[in-house]
Amino acid sequence: MANLKQFLTGLTRGRADLRNVALLAAVILVALPLTLDIFRLNLVGKYLTFAFVAVGLVLCWGYGGILSLGQGIFFGLGGYCMAMFLKLEASDPVSTAIQSTPGIPDFMDWNQLKALPWFWEPFHSLPFTLLAVLVLPTLFAYLIGVTMFKRRVGGVYFAIITQAIALILTVLIVGQQGLIGGINGITDLKTLLGWDIRTNSARYILYYVNAALLLGAILLGRWMLSTKFGLLLVALRDKEERVRFSGYDVADLKIFVFCVAALFSAVGGAMFTLQVGFMSPSFVGIVPSIEMVIFTAVGGRLSLIGAVYGALLVNFGKSYFSESFADLWLYLMGALFIGVVLFLPNGLAGLFREPRQAWLQLRQQAQTWVTRLCPRCLPAGGKSEKGAV
Amino acid sequence: MSNETYTLFATLLMQGFAGLSLFSVLLLMALGLAIIFGQMGVINMAHGEFMTIGAYTTYLISTFAETHGFLGESFFLSLIAAFGVAFAAGYLLEIVLIRRLYKRPLYTLLATWGVSLVMQQVFRQAFGAREVSPALPEWLSGSYQPATGIDLPVSGLMLLVLMLVVTFGVWLLMYRSRWGIQVRATTQNRTIAGAVGINTKRVDRLTFALGCGLAGIAGAAFTTIASTGPTAGGLYIVDTFLVVVFGGAASLFGTIASAFSIAQAQSVLEFLMTGSMAKVLTLVTVVLILMMRPEGLFSLKVRK
Amino acid sequence: MSKAEVLLAIEDLTVSFDGFRAVDAVNLYVDKGEVRVIIGPNGAGKTTLLDLICGKTHATAGTIQFKNIELTRLREHNIVRAGVGRKFQTPSIYEDLTVYQNLEVSFPRGRSAFGSLFFKRSEDVAQRVEAVAAEIQLTDQLHQSAGLLSHGQKQWLEIGMLLIQDPELLMLDEPVAGMSVRERQQTAELLKRISANRSVIVIEHDMEFVRAIAHRVTVLHQGRVLVEGSMESVQSDERVIEAYLGH
Repeated sequence: MANLKQFLTGLTRGRADLRNVALLAAVILVALPLTLDIFRLNLVGKYLTFAFVAVGLVLCWGYGGILSLGQGIFFGLGGYCMAMFLKLEASDPVSTAIQSTPGIPDFMDWNQLKALPWFWEPFHSLPFTLLAVLVLPTLFAYLIGVTMFKRRVGGVYFAIITQAIALILTVLIVGQQGLIGGINGITDLKTLLGWDIRTNSARYILYYVNAALLLGAILLGRWMLSTKFGLLLVALRDKEERVRFSGYDVADLKIFVFCVAALFSAVGGAMFTLQVGFMSPSFVGIVPSIEMVIFTAVGGRLSLIGAVYGALLVNFGKSYFSESFADLWLYLMGALFIGVVLFLPNGLAGLFREPRQAWLQLRQQAQTWVTRLCPRCLPAGGKSEKGAV
Repeated sequence: MSNETYTLFATLLMQGFAGLSLFSVLLLMALGLAIIFGQMGVINMAHGEFMTIGAYTTYLISTFAETHGFLGESFFLSLIAAFGVAFAAGYLLEIVLIRRLYKRPLYTLLATWGVSLVMQQVFRQAFGAREVSPALPEWLSGSYQPATGIDLPVSGLMLLVLMLVVTFGVWLLMYRSRWGIQVRATTQNRTIAGAVGINTKRVDRLTFALGCGLAGIAGAAFTTIASTGPTAGGLYIVDTFLVVVFGGAASLFGTIASAFSIAQAQSVLEFLMTGSMAKVLTLVTVVLILMMRPEGLFSLKVRK
Repeated sequence: MSKAEVLLAIEDLTVSFDGFRAVDAVNLYVDKGEVRVIIGPNGAGKTTLLDLICGKTHATAGTIQFKNIELTRLREHNIVRAGVGRKFQTPSIYEDLTVYQNLEVSFPRGRSAFGSLFFKRSEDVAQRVEAVAAEIQLTDQLHQSAGLLSHGQKQWLEIGMLLIQDPELLMLDEPVAGMSVRERQQTAELLKRISANRSVIVIEHDMEFVRAIAHRVTVLHQGRVLVEGSMESVQSDERVIEAYLGH
């Protein structure tokens, strides 16, 4: 009996079992590259960059209880840093000789800019760019975290403000056609230090680098959750006051996990730019940010691995349905949001890990629903309305 | 006064009036949300879509009215119908979904986002993806010229009047009616309210539906100044939330003051810089203030 | 009899909410190694007093000196690190973690984000957790989920989570509420053991329990100190009987 309880307790901890990590690695490193052509594999690579954000959200939202609806901010910042480097490389004076001002990106030339804006200059250097990808978004997250968590802003208010920040960034980018490419984003990226990133072989390599980084992020997350910090996250979500009165500065803990999530998202953004060849404000704003939350919710917000499967599943579904049943897709997406919230709060991972509990929950929810809409449809059971978990 | 001074005066007046129009729109949208979020703590991400319901209802009625010759009177009918349809839809939504999620605001947020996606698709399939604009009755088009060079659009004036009437009505309802007391009692202490005989479930349902109905009116009013498409609602949802939160969610006065200051700030800034920079600057200021004072700028009490 | 050292010195402490003085110019001195019980009718300000000491509520006026540190200026977690532990009225434990994890998470090392990441689960930690678990009689439940404990056991676990930090001042808010008679006896014994090297402030209503553990008793009434002294003197005091104990 004690063993069963121990087993069940171990399950709720949610650390990715090493076997499951190996399985995921096998899927994304072996199975998918072998069965898909390079075009579709490149798409999968794109989905895996979104998975970075989803994995970050597992730590920050699933474990830390901090719902950020603006992860696109960090995804975008990382992506734009990389895009700026690649764009500068593609805008050398020789290739841009036909512009009125050679040596600057084409969209700047179209907007009658005569010189490169100051903040673009450092992005001539790859080391700086890589540093910027890692540091800038994390720093921004730190600033946001310090202002909000130190003032004990949490929950819904925090979510709304992250949305607002995402909106601000989007409007800012869209309004600055000349400085940062506006609504079209930064496009026509060609080479990374002379290496053409558009060739098939480059795409294969970038895919593997991306997948490896993602697995690295998962292992990092897994390690974090296995430490005292991981326990603290669970404790924080349960009883924040008790954590505070055990001598912890709760704000510091929240800021930290929020920054980690931002860092992961930024790496995802940079890899996106490399694999897809452009970055635009349509990956920064409210809609993409909420979509990334749904990847985590579908996969299971307490499961690092589930987040990846969630991202893959939802995006596969999106591209499949958009091709064949475009009208149906938005209904499905909406239903996904509603369904996961109502019936599968722990996502698919919850279904796999604790199937019996998930099934019971599902059944109870369904029963309450049916009874509510059609009181005579079910045999009298007198089930109390304790649907909320 | 000299010509230049007069022109400046006229421009300022018209700019100020544009600011008032923006204020009217923001307030109408925010009133419904203030009731739902401020009073009930429910995040309805589909609030914009209820606005769109009102807009499309107006479109349908005005199209019908145009072919049957009563376009002039149809506007008031549209307002009432917009309220009614949105109210009914909100009532339905509360029963089917919101009721289940009262204690979990973050989940309500996600679920209502899903609802907004579904609603957007319904609009797309029913009315097409392109934007539509209801025909404006004669008396609403054109402008009112109190003096030469000063052009105040009639629709803007109507918007102002509508906003005043609706705000007054909401105030009456919430603070001077028996039902308003019930709503506030339920928010402040549900258990006791229930014990005193208030049907809290019904109060919740009606409150939510009322908030949605108000969004419908906002949508109807909105048709006078812009066209409507399936995604029109999503454009303003964040602004509306910011207005409500900035004003201190539980205070009607706060919402009014907040909508006014945000609208004026944005209009004034638009005078000095590009539209997008004005919006960015306004939003940044609001967010910064909110970060410093999360309970909102105009909240009367700081809740512990 | 040597003069005991004063550990906690509260002077002129006042807090008012919208004009209502929940705590009104209270003076309180707790010695090292003393068990002080605070009693009084509901609304007397007992819990508010504890809130003020541990930093949950900000005082409007007055000082709280703990080992020569002014507590009113510190943030909650720093007050804890200074050596003050607070137990809440309703058991505040982490239901999703095991008893062992509850105690481990409260271990007073690695209290920053990075510190907790690199916290080493060395032998001394395990030993301390097991020692505390033995103190609070939860050795058999070490690997059980805390949510499955009985109400009384949860109270003990919370006390254990405070003990593991080795605080010099322990503050317990109604520690035996909801416990059976047997559990109350066990808790009284536990308190007597742990008060050997520390000061304890307890808020309680159960007079039997108070008599068993108290060195001195302070009676609060309407935010002010009514009477202070030994249990016997307090129980027979006219004013106390009229305000609280009497019929």
